[in-house]
Amino acid sequence: MTYALEISALKKTYKGGFQALKGIDLTVSQGDFFALLGPNGAGKSTAIGVITSLVNKTAGQVKVFGYDIDTDLEKAKSFIGLVPQEFNFSQFEPLMNILVNQAGYYGVTKSVAIERAEKYLKQLELWDKRDAPARTLSGGMKRRLMIARALMHEPKMLILDEPTAGVDIELRRSMWSFLRELNQQGITIILTTHYLEEAEMLCRNIAIIDGGEIVENTSMKKLLAQLDVETFIFDIKEGTAVSKLEQFVKQSSVITYRLIDDHTLEMDLNKAQNLNQVFEQLSVANIEVQSMRNKSNRLEALFVSLINKKSSARQTKPQSAVVGAN
Amino acid sequence: MNNSIALKSILTKEIQRFMRIWVQTLVPPAITISLYFVIFGSLIGSRIGEMGGFDYMSFIVPGLIMMSVITNSYSNVASSFFSAKWQRNVEEMLVAPVPNWVIVAGYVGGGMCRGMLVGLIVTLVSLLFVDIQLHNIWVIIATVVLTSATFALGGLINAIFANSFDDISIIPTFILTPLTYLGGVFYSISLLPEFWQGVSQANPIVYMVNAFRYGFLGISDVSLVTAFAVIIFFIVTLFTIAMVLISKGIGLRT
Repeated sequence: MTYALEISALKKTYKGGFQALKGIDLTVSQGDFFALLGPNGAGKSTAIGVITSLVNKTAGQVKVFGYDIDTDLEKAKSFIGLVPQEFNFSQFEPLMNILVNQAGYYGVTKSVAIERAEKYLKQLELWDKRDAPARTLSGGMKRRLMIARALMHEPKMLILDEPTAGVDIELRRSMWSFLRELNQQGITIILTTHYLEEAEMLCRNIAIIDGGEIVENTSMKKLLAQLDVETFIFDIKEGTAVSKLEQFVKQSSVITYRLIDDHTLEMDLNKAQNLNQVFEQLSVANIEVQSMRNKSNRLEALFVSLINKKSSARQTKPQSAVVGAN
Repeated sequence: MNNSIALKSILTKEIQRFMRIWVQTLVPPAITISLYFVIFGSLIGSRIGEMGGFDYMSFIVPGLIMMSVITNSYSNVASSFFSAKWQRNVEEMLVAPVPNWVIVAGYVGGGMCRGMLVGLIVTLVSLLFVDIQLHNIWVIIATVVLTSATFALGGLINAIFANSFDDISIIPTFILTPLTYLGGVFYSISLLPEFWQGVSQANPIVYMVNAFRYGFLGISDVSLVTAFAVIIFFIVTLFTIAMVLISKGIGLRT
């Protein structure tokens, strides 16, 4: 089957010598919801720039739905909808004009473009602002405008570069459900984000890029299965004696508990253990749990460990440091 | 991919842009030209007498119209394309399957529309001061279309190289304005000493102003064929340069 995106040996060296991409290989299947993660300056935006032809590559090959960007650039471009990291629309134009013009660049007739603009502006709750200049929108509205704009030519692949940056949680959640719907309709989605919870919730496959190299490329399930230990926090019911909790912590074996404050217990659970054991022990000790949560996002823990592993490997290799903008 | 829709979209966007800010784009040329007529036409012109067999006011009208066309077609594309670079909304076109020639044609077309619309406004203002005669309407139309295309292309190239708003005012201030003033707008180059007549022939605006004046008055300091050959040469050269720059992504892609 043809991949939605196929990247091989992709390199990008900027003027001044900064090597942003060091020969990455990546494939994204059609219909996938794919996360491309990495710390700032890792090469994510450069990779997206090359795919969308905003950045000239130094070497390598990029194919979009089988079309090589070197030989069939216009065809390849027609499949992609881009939601860039920074606002890049005319601040002075009304929303409707921005959307209709954008559709026009893809050969969509004005009457069809107006219908689509209405549909997406309504879906993204921007319809009331259709005649307002873009500069009058709030940050969240501007992000939604860029999503609407990227959909105007009904692309088969949507690339979103940190689409929820600076967006409040309520809006972020409504954007997630909108993106899920798009993916269910068959649109391949590639997402970069700093909210790892977002990637974990939405994406089926993931690549982690660091220092211009892919350090992990697998399914979200397999990646999360790599986690050896998860930390849970228990809020203990008010009125439970501290001495009782201290004694519980002291006596516990197999599972390690820590008393964080008078009402909070923390524990590490490895793959061989399960929460039933924990609740059994708490029940035997007559300790009532009010609520429970993960200490940190699971993907975040893995992400940090992978990036740390990579950077310590880099430090052991004697090489000249390179610094540059991505 | 339907390139005509993409071209129409860019052109519409460009026309909407200068119409939206009509106070900045369409009104100033009308005021400036009125001042030129009052000062150079009525006050000073009446003491100058005839030039090329016509009263001074009639002589300068074609040059003043052409000056407005040149300035506006150039500055429209220079400021619009540079703003698109600066706000990064040029990326809307770069990520889309729009051929480079469509981008060039769309922006140049927008600049031409503003240049010609301002030319029309200035012509209407001129009618308040002088009776305009027409010698050959087709020469007038051909000259204004080709000249506006030439300077719109120039404005586009300027914007491609520009890194700041200062960069799009340097060329108009230090090159375009002197060339226009020395391009025979206010005088016949036949009045100049022989050496300066030769120097003036290196100024492309001389050919544009004279071809345009021929269309109105039937007089010109240069031959019409030479004038059109020079204008077409500039259009072909500037179009080629603009295409190469955009294809290579100079100032647009990293």
